[in-house]
Amino acid sequence: MAMKIGEGKFKDNVNENMQDTFMRGAVAGAQERLRTRRLDAAEELGNWEEWRSHGEEIRKHVLDNLDYYLHELAENVQKRGGHVYFAETADEANAYVREVVNSKNGKKIVKSKSMVTEEIGLNQILEEEGCEVIETDLGEYILQLDDHDPPSHIVAPALHKNKEQIRDVFAEKLDYKLTSKPEELALHAREKLRQEFLTADIGITGCNFAISESGSISLVTNEGNARLVSALPKTQITVMGMERIVPTFEEFEVLVSLLTRSAVGQKLTSYITALSGPRQDGDADGPEEFHLVIVDNGRSKILGTEFQSVLQCIRCAACINVCPVYRHIGGHSYNSIYPGPIGAVLTPLLGGYDDFKELPYASTLCAACTDACPVKIPLHELLHKHRQVIVEKEGRAPISEKLAMKAFGLGASSNPLYGAGSKMASTVMKPFTKDGRISNGPGPLKTWTEIREFPAPNKERFRDWFKEHESGGVKK
Amino acid sequence: MIHNRDSFLDNIAERLGRSRNTSVKPDGNWAFRPQDKTLTGKTADELMEVLRNQCRLIHTELIETSSDKLAAVLESTVNLYGGGPISLWRDLRFDEFGLGKLVRETWPARSVEVNEWDSNRGKENIAEAERANIGITFSDMTLAESGTVVLFSSSDKGRSVSLLPHKYIAIIPKSTVVPRMTQAAQEISRRVQTGETIPSCINFITGPSNSADIEMNLVVGVHGPVKAAYIIVEDR
Repeated sequence: MAMKIGEGKFKDNVNENMQDTFMRGAVAGAQERLRTRRLDAAEELGNWEEWRSHGEEIRKHVLDNLDYYLHELAENVQKRGGHVYFAETADEANAYVREVVNSKNGKKIVKSKSMVTEEIGLNQILEEEGCEVIETDLGEYILQLDDHDPPSHIVAPALHKNKEQIRDVFAEKLDYKLTSKPEELALHAREKLRQEFLTADIGITGCNFAISESGSISLVTNEGNARLVSALPKTQITVMGMERIVPTFEEFEVLVSLLTRSAVGQKLTSYITALSGPRQDGDADGPEEFHLVIVDNGRSKILGTEFQSVLQCIRCAACINVCPVYRHIGGHSYNSIYPGPIGAVLTPLLGGYDDFKELPYASTLCAACTDACPVKIPLHELLHKHRQVIVEKEGRAPISEKLAMKAFGLGASSNPLYGAGSKMASTVMKPFTKDGRISNGPGPLKTWTEIREFPAPNKERFRDWFKEHESGGVKK
Repeated sequence: MIHNRDSFLDNIAERLGRSRNTSVKPDGNWAFRPQDKTLTGKTADELMEVLRNQCRLIHTELIETSSDKLAAVLESTVNLYGGGPISLWRDLRFDEFGLGKLVRETWPARSVEVNEWDSNRGKENIAEAERANIGITFSDMTLAESGTVVLFSSSDKGRSVSLLPHKYIAIIPKSTVVPRMTQAAQEISRRVQTGETIPSCINFITGPSNSADIEMNLVVGVHGPVKAAYIIVEDR
């Protein structure tokens, strides 16, 4: 799986997913809970806005000085006895990981949750090499067992599945015979996966933040799987997006405080682990060999552009949890491992407009995402910028919008045409009008009125009303 | 080994519209520092109250005791959790806090298996921790706000002890309690800047492992310990 998770057209995905009542209920419920928890956690801190502003200035500073911090990080990883590989492209990153795995004769690989390895399609490459690759985050494990069902949320990847569906997957793939109680399902996964951790050759992790001053990488989880992945196998490979870095532990702490509150409303998650290089002399656990792969894969093209602030993202999903569009269409509709507002901004930048030009339109520009973002990315403004670029530079506005604009342009540029059109509007639309609303519009109005009503044209035009009232407000 | 660094960083600098800087340390000059004002004015007793309240939220049992009663409290907590096998760090603090007799005499005399981390025995330590019912460590720093114990790994203090056993007990000397993660981060950063080699693994542990991946229902106990208890002890 790479960043793109389906071949369907955006509109078809939406039509299909809107029929999935379980998914829509699950998404709405999850949004409620996560949103409430985030607001409570933010309120408890007291000066949330100040924390956000500090988070924002840290992320901006890092992006503006990314070359310095990545250089320092690599130096310090090397000092700790680790290896660093800078990968310009997904192919380079995958080739390096494959090389390391093969050099260790690695057959069994345990992984903790990592969006960037999904983005570059690493699992597939390793499976083609004949490796067994096991996702160990409970949500990702469920999806992997279910014939690689794609994730629908960046923090809770299996959000779209209910417990009965999960029980059926376990029954089919793991010969599971118990109930659909989450406790029993989780316990079964614990027992199965514990054996995998103990026998794996290689551990692969993502990286929430790298810490430049000490050459450390950090992992933020609740389940503890990332700790197992980094404590037991002999070789650890960590893959990070190049922008996921902070100068020192002090800034690390600030961003972790923002991340855990924004993602799940916790002050800290159960496990936050800072790892520096491989095990030290005398250590009896931890990896003997450590490799850090720093991935660009299109990120540098965003630097220095009007979209740079999207790289401030710390992957908390707060924007996803408040988005009214995500609520209705679900994560899979976006066709990207990065859904919701952040996905609608980031995916076209990394994957191009050819495949993802609809995504910036999957927004009401209500700005709830921008308000929720703990590092103050102006998400709705970036969505709007995308639309400007699509229309002005790329010349590819959606066809219905093009037609409507063309017709309006034609009608509005000629005085007699505009006069006639606005006079006729009410009469023409009369068959579609009920109580002053249109709920089953013709032609270009159809897509609008499928999901909401459109106000019918007024019988009395403004210009007529004005003519009558301009003499002093008294109707003659 | 570092591969491809120069070309990679040149490209970044070019996108940022300048030449590569790898020598002049950029100055943060932060306009905001909310962490300096968060929980910093609290007394030790007030911080204890913060910690107590937080433990209720993280499914962690909190027991407070004095150092002369610690051995008895630890013994009963272990019994409550179903006894051995027990896995623990090789840590002078077990003796300093009067637990040497319990660990080396009382438990073995009652056939409770106790395994102290011993780096000379390599992988065997991991197998013992995996077999253990309970893992016991001291806390190196304790964060009141989040109810977090901070563990610095070393050759005597394996990562696995707080991870592989079914249950986990942290002994928290009261003097290790600080307001929040800010103070721990500052301490670690201070060590880095004075040229100290920091541990290869620093864990911030907040209660037992858990997951909400199935229908957003909280399940306590997934890959790490399924139960956790903190024993807070007045320093000697």
